[in-house]
Amino acid sequence: MWNLSDIAKSVDEWLNSVMSPTWVLVVEMVVIGVLAIALFAVLGLVLVIMERKVAAYMQIRLGPNRVGPKGMLQSLADTVKLLVKEGLTPAGADKFLFNLAPFIAMITAMLLLAPLAFAKDFQIWDLNIGVLYITAVSSLSVIGILMAGWSSNNKYSLLGAMRSGAQIVSYELSAGLAIMTVVILTGSLQMSEIVKSQADGWWLFKGHIPAIISFVIFIIAVTAETNRAPFDLAEAESELTAGFHTEYSGMKFALFFLAEYINVFIVCAVGATLFLGGWMPFHIGNWEGFNHVMDYIPSSIWFFGKTFFLIFVIMWFRWTFPRLRIDQLLNLEWKYLLPISMLNILVVTLIAIKGWHF
Amino acid sequence: MFLKEYISDVYGAVKSMAIGMKRTLYYFTHHQEIITQQYPDNRDTLVLPERFRGEVVMAHDEKNEHRCTGCTACELACPNGTIKIITKFDISPEGKKKKAIDKFIYHLELCTMCNLCIEACPTNAIHMAQTFEHSVFDRAQLTKVLNKPGSKLQEGVE
Repeated sequence: MWNLSDIAKSVDEWLNSVMSPTWVLVVEMVVIGVLAIALFAVLGLVLVIMERKVAAYMQIRLGPNRVGPKGMLQSLADTVKLLVKEGLTPAGADKFLFNLAPFIAMITAMLLLAPLAFAKDFQIWDLNIGVLYITAVSSLSVIGILMAGWSSNNKYSLLGAMRSGAQIVSYELSAGLAIMTVVILTGSLQMSEIVKSQADGWWLFKGHIPAIISFVIFIIAVTAETNRAPFDLAEAESELTAGFHTEYSGMKFALFFLAEYINVFIVCAVGATLFLGGWMPFHIGNWEGFNHVMDYIPSSIWFFGKTFFLIFVIMWFRWTFPRLRIDQLLNLEWKYLLPISMLNILVVTLIAIKGWHF
Repeated sequence: MFLKEYISDVYGAVKSMAIGMKRTLYYFTHHQEIITQQYPDNRDTLVLPERFRGEVVMAHDEKNEHRCTGCTACELACPNGTIKIITKFDISPEGKKKKAIDKFIYHLELCTMCNLCIEACPTNAIHMAQTFEHSVFDRAQLTKVLNKPGSKLQEGVE
């Protein structure tokens, strides 16, 4: 059957037959870098048009419908426009930090790709602390945002960046605790192990109600962590013009914009891996025929299907709920999500020790 | 007691969120009732609301007669000097002088479509038209003379 890991294996074998192992490593790294950038570009284009179409459909509008069939080339046209625009640096800005910030945001998003399992046996780096790596690296993204806000020398940017800092620091706790429930149930931090443990059922179903609660908390917390509505206080158009990227234009703005969508993709991919079984097909108990049909669908399609479903849920949030105030935001985290997820983790630990999960 | 309140808070929040999301999902899955007007494409079939105010026009009948007596009530009612009426004196066949309009000048570029002139008019000479594509390259074209050349006052309108 056609799958990504066979392609990767045959490319590796072919490279090993024509050059020395050191060069093979270098060439493979370059290939992976190019593929990661290509994935980013494609994801950026797809997610922007998806967001706009979802928004339009939810607001009984048509959305972009002029460029290309049904407006599907709109985001490509917008990208070309942003590419040819001038990248302005304000006179009062800290030039070095101002120009560095978008790249920090982008590199953080790029680093997070490493432990994701895109398909069966298809992973850039299957390190044994994959989940810890993701939680650690994703907290770096706040540095890029704070850097952008501080160096812009603009009150809106600084306010947006500070809000974003407060928000990411607090919501990381409940996101981390929600991730922890799956780690407790699996007993491993390795991404491939976590996926393998879900061969007989996804953790969302196997872990009873506590797993569902932690899944909901995870979705809420990552929505806040990626600074998306209803938690988009960091850019709050109506109060702060555009928050931390007020002063950015052209391609540097596009990088921030892209980083936001890439982060959404990554957190949804993590959520899909932890709670919805990653590339594992959907199986129901002893239904041999049904399970066989599900196995026939390539694992990469399963992974991207689940990820895009979660992305749709996050977009659904954005176009349904109004923006929270900063005090409401922190109330929600410290008074509701954190105590609930702490209690939840105790219950999950009990389940894991007693072996009550399926 | 506190715990009960806390749990009911969480329950209420989740419930109201679910209600909101159900509504948007309904819109998402029922994509027939689009509220967007495909404007330049549907110019022929475009239906505007009855009370839409596009610009002030003066109605003329088939004998090229209008109903404006030149009383300048509209000019006085206009809050920003959009209307200027220039009057003249017609000589009737009996040799009597009678006041009539020479030019009804309407500055579209100053008009806010407030409808006060139409309400002030005692003889219903002017009304709001439904046209709205008013853009021109020269702003002099926005100064319009509403009475047609050679038009006269309708019989019986005082």
